[in-house]
Amino acid sequence: MSREAELAVVAPVARSGGRRSWAWLGITPFFLFTVLFLILPTLDLVVGAFQTPDGSFTLDNIARLNQPTIVSAYWISIQVSVASALLGALAGFVIAYAVVLGKLPRPLRPFVTTFSGVASQFAGIPLAFAFLATLGPTGLVTALLDQYAGINLRALGFNLLSFWGLTITYLYFQIPLMVLILMPALDGLRKEWREAAAILGATPWQYWRHVAFPVLWPSLLGATILLFANAFGAVATAYALTGSSLNIVPILLYAQIRGDVLHDPHLGYALALGMILITGLANVGYIWLRQRGERWIK
Amino acid sequence: MGFLDLEGVRKVYGANTVVRNFNLSIQRGEFISFLGPSGCGKTTTLRMIAGFEIPSAGTIRIDGRDVTELKPNQRNVGMVFQSYALFPNLTVAENVAFGLKVARRPKDEIARRVAEMLAIVKLPELGDRYPYQLSGGQQQRVALARALAVKPTVLLLDEPLSALDAKIRISLREEIRSLQRELDITTVYVTHDQEEALSMSDRIVVMSDGRVEQIGTPFEVYNYPATRFVASFVGTLNILDARIVDPASGRVVIDGQEVIAGRGVNGAGVGEVRPMALRPEAITLDGGNGDRNRMQGTIEEVAFLGAVVRIRVRFGENAVLLDTFNNPGVAPPPRGSRAEVSFGRDDLLLLQDSAAD
Amino acid sequence: MKTSRLGPWLIILLGAIYFIVPLIATFEFSLRKRRGEYSFDAYRWVFADNRFIESFSYSTFVALVTILVGVVLVVPAAYAVRVRMPRLRPVVEFVTLLPLVIPPIIIVFGYLRLYNSSSWLPMTSSPRATDLLLVFAYATLALPYMYRAVDTGMRSIDARTLTEAAQSLGAGWLTIMLRVILPNVRVALLSGAFLTFAIVIGEFTMASLLDRPAFGPYMQNIGANRAYEPSALAIIAFVVTWACMGLIQLLGRGRRQSVAAA
Ligand SMILES: Nc1ncnc2c1ncn2[C@@H]1O[C@H](COP(=O)(O)OP(=O)(O)OP(=O)(O)O)[C@@H](O)[C@H]1O
Ligand SMILES: [Mg+2]
Repeated sequence: MSREAELAVVAPVARSGGRRSWAWLGITPFFLFTVLFLILPTLDLVVGAFQTPDGSFTLDNIARLNQPTIVSAYWISIQVSVASALLGALAGFVIAYAVVLGKLPRPLRPFVTTFSGVASQFAGIPLAFAFLATLGPTGLVTALLDQYAGINLRALGFNLLSFWGLTITYLYFQIPLMVLILMPALDGLRKEWREAAAILGATPWQYWRHVAFPVLWPSLLGATILLFANAFGAVATAYALTGSSLNIVPILLYAQIRGDVLHDPHLGYALALGMILITGLANVGYIWLRQRGERWIK
Repeated sequence: MGFLDLEGVRKVYGANTVVRNFNLSIQRGEFISFLGPSGCGKTTTLRMIAGFEIPSAGTIRIDGRDVTELKPNQRNVGMVFQSYALFPNLTVAENVAFGLKVARRPKDEIARRVAEMLAIVKLPELGDRYPYQLSGGQQQRVALARALAVKPTVLLLDEPLSALDAKIRISLREEIRSLQRELDITTVYVTHDQEEALSMSDRIVVMSDGRVEQIGTPFEVYNYPATRFVASFVGTLNILDARIVDPASGRVVIDGQEVIAGRGVNGAGVGEVRPMALRPEAITLDGGNGDRNRMQGTIEEVAFLGAVVRIRVRFGENAVLLDTFNNPGVAPPPRGSRAEVSFGRDDLLLLQDSAAD
Repeated sequence: MKTSRLGPWLIILLGAIYFIVPLIATFEFSLRKRRGEYSFDAYRWVFADNRFIESFSYSTFVALVTILVGVVLVVPAAYAVRVRMPRLRPVVEFVTLLPLVIPPIIIVFGYLRLYNSSSWLPMTSSPRATDLLLVFAYATLALPYMYRAVDTGMRSIDARTLTEAAQSLGAGWLTIMLRVILPNVRVALLSGAFLTFAIVIGEFTMASLLDRPAFGPYMQNIGANRAYEPSALAIIAFVVTWACMGLIQLLGRGRRQSVAAA
C-alpha cells in the first residue's frame, strides 16, 4: 500500500476518534486532580479512622471520641455553627429583602453586592483582629460603651472568646454570603405573583406563606447549610481570637495535627470523620428536604 | 352612574403624566376594551382599577362604592396577567383554589368550586399538574379559572393573549368572550391588537398618550373614528389632506380634484387644509353608479393578499389604498396605468383634532 | 407609600452599623501605636518588616500559580462538559461543590496522611514539593468559584455554537481553545482569578499546617505577639480584598457595556 493510501484509510478514523478523545483530554486532568487532591485525601482519613496504627480494623478510635472534652467540643461547634448559620440566614434574608424589594435607591444594590463580596471573603485572621479591635477588652466599642453608655460588657459577662463572641464574629462573613446567594433568588420572585395573590384577596403574609416562601425555600435551605458548613470548618478566626483556648472541633483538630495536644493521629482521623459526617449529614438532610418540598421544579 | 366608574382619573409619575383625565362609565356585564399603542397608559389605568396604583387624582367606583384608595385584596376584582402569573409551587387545582383558601372557605366548597372552574375552562383532567407542565394556552386558562373562582365583581385582563401563538389566540378569544357572556361579568380587557378589540368588545376605549381618544362600539370606532389618531390606529385607513372649498355643501379639493363630503365639514373654515378619512373597502376601482365621488389617479402598487387584492392609487400628494376582491377571471391592473376610483359621498369623513386634556 | 420604606432603610442602617463599625474600630486601633496621638506607626512598622514583605510576596506568588493551575484544570473541563459531554455535567458540578462542604482542615489533614514523606508520593518531603502541595490545596479551595465563573462565561458566549462555527472554518481543537474560547471567557476568567486571589492571599489553615511561610501564618504570628500591628494588617487585608472584588465588579460592568454596544 502506498503512503497516501495508508493515510487516507487512517485519517477518517483518527478524526472521528479524535473528537471524543480531545474532550476526554479536557476533562481527565480535572478528574485526576479532584480524585488525588480532594476525594482520596478525604476518604483516606475516613479509612484511617477505622484503623489501628498497624493498619488493622478497629472501632476503638470512634469510641475514644466519647471523652468529655471532645464531646463538648463537638457540641459547642455545632451550637456556634447552627447559631451563626440561622442568624446569618435571617439577617442575610432581611438585608437582601430590603435591597431587592424595599424600593431603595438603585445605586445601593451594586454597593451592597460588592461589599458583601468583600465581607464574605474577609474571614480568617484579619477578621479576628478586627473584632478584637472592636469588642475585645480594649476594643473601641467596648471602651465607648463603658465611657458613654455606662455599659461594661465584661461585667455583663460578654467575652469575645465565647459562644456569643464567636457567633457575632462569624456573622461578619455569614450574613454577606447569605445576601449574595439570596439576592438573585429574590429577583426570581416575580412581581406578578405578589399582585396575583393580592388581587385574589391574600394578605402580604399569606402571599409569603403560600407562594414566596415555598419558592425561596430551596435557595434558603441550601444557603443555610452552606453557612453551617462554612462555620463548622472555620479554623483561622477562632484560632486567632483565642489561640487553642476555645474548645471547638476544628481548633481541637488543628492542635492535634500540629502535635500540640493529643498526639494521636488515629484519634485525629476519628475527629475528622466526625466533622465529615456532620457536614455530610447536613447535606443529606438538605437533599431530603428539597426532594420533599419541590416536586414543582422541572 | 354605571357599575364601574372612573371619574377624572389621572396618574402622574414624577414629571410624567401617564394618564390624563380619564372618564368612563361601564355598565354591569359590559365587555370594555382599552385599545392603544404601547406606552399609552392602558396598563396603568387597569392597575388603578385593580388597586396596584393609586390615582394621582380622580375617583374610581365599583358598584357605587368608592374604591380609589382601597388595597387590591379588598376590592374583589379578578385579574389575568399577560405572563399568566401562575404560582409555580402550586398545582393547577391549588392555584385555582388559592383565592378561596386565603378567604378560609370550607374545604368541600373549595373542592367543588375548583372542579367547576376547571370544567368551565375545559381542563378538568389537569388539576394535579404543575404550571411548568402546561402549555401557554392552558396556563392562561388556569389563570382565568383562578381569577373567576372567587366570583369577582369585575374581571381585568391585561393583554392576556399576546404571549400565545396566533391560532390559540383566536380560539381563546372566543372562549373568553362566551365565558364572559355566560357569567355576565363586567370586564375590562387591555390590548394593542385592534382586531381583538373589535371582535370581542361591547365598547372600545381608544387611548393615545394617556388620553381617551374615543369611546364607542366597535361599529362606531371603526366606521366613524372621531380623531385622526383613531382613524389611523383602528384599521387601515386612508387619510387625505383636503382643502375646504364650501363648508355648507361639503365641497373639498384633494390634489386638485373636487369631491363632496356628504356628512359635511362642520367646524372647518374656507381654505383650511384638514385631514379626512376614507376606508379602503369603501373605494372601488371603477366609476360606479349614481352620486359618487370620482377621482383619477395612477396605480402605484398592487399587493396580492389572497382573497383580497390591495391596490395603491396616487392622485398627487395624496394616495389611497383600496381593497378589491380577487377575481380569477380578471387580472389586476398593471402598475403605472391610469385608473378611475370612486367612493360614496358619506364615506369621506372630516377628522377632529385629538381631544384636549 | 413613603412609610413603607422606613423598614428597609432601618435594616440597611443596622446592617451598615454592624459591618462598618468593626472597620472603623480596627482602623482607629491601628492608629494608636504612638502614645497620646494617632499615627501610622503601625503601618510603618509592618511595611518595614521583612517577614511581611517575604510572606506577602510568597502568598502572592502562590496565588498566581494557583490561578494558573485553576485555569488549566477548569477551562478545558468546563468546555468539554458544555460542548461535548453534557451528561457528565451533574458529576462535575457535584465535585466542584465539594470544597464548600469539606472543611479545608480536613483536606489538608488528608494530604498530610496521604502524601507524607514516607508515602508513595512524598510531596511533603521537600519545600518545593510542599509549595506545590499548597498550590493544589488552594486550587481545590478555589475550584467552586473558578468553575462557576468559567461555566457562566461559557454559557453567555454559547461555547457550542462558537465551536461549531470555528470547526466549520477548519480550526482544530487547540486553535479553538486558544483563539476562540479563551479570549471570549477572559472576563469570566479574570473574575475567577481575582476571587481566587482574595481567598488565597490571607489563608491560614492550610499554609500553617503545611508549614509554609505564607501571609496568613505571618498575620497570626503578629497577632500573637504585637498589639497594634494586627489591626494595621487587618486593614491592609481588607483593602486587598476590596481591590479584588472591586476589580471583579468593574470587569462585570465592562462586559455588560460591551454586550450592550454589540
Ligand atoms: N412605575 C412607573 N414609573 C414611571 N413611569 C411609569 C411607571 N409605570 C409606567 N410608566 C410609564 O407610563 C407610560 C404608560 O405605561 P403603561 O404600562 O400603562 O402602557 P401600556 O399602554 O400598557 O403599554 P404596553 O402596550 O406597552 O403594555 C409609559 O410611558 C411608562 O413608561
Ligand atoms: Mg401594558
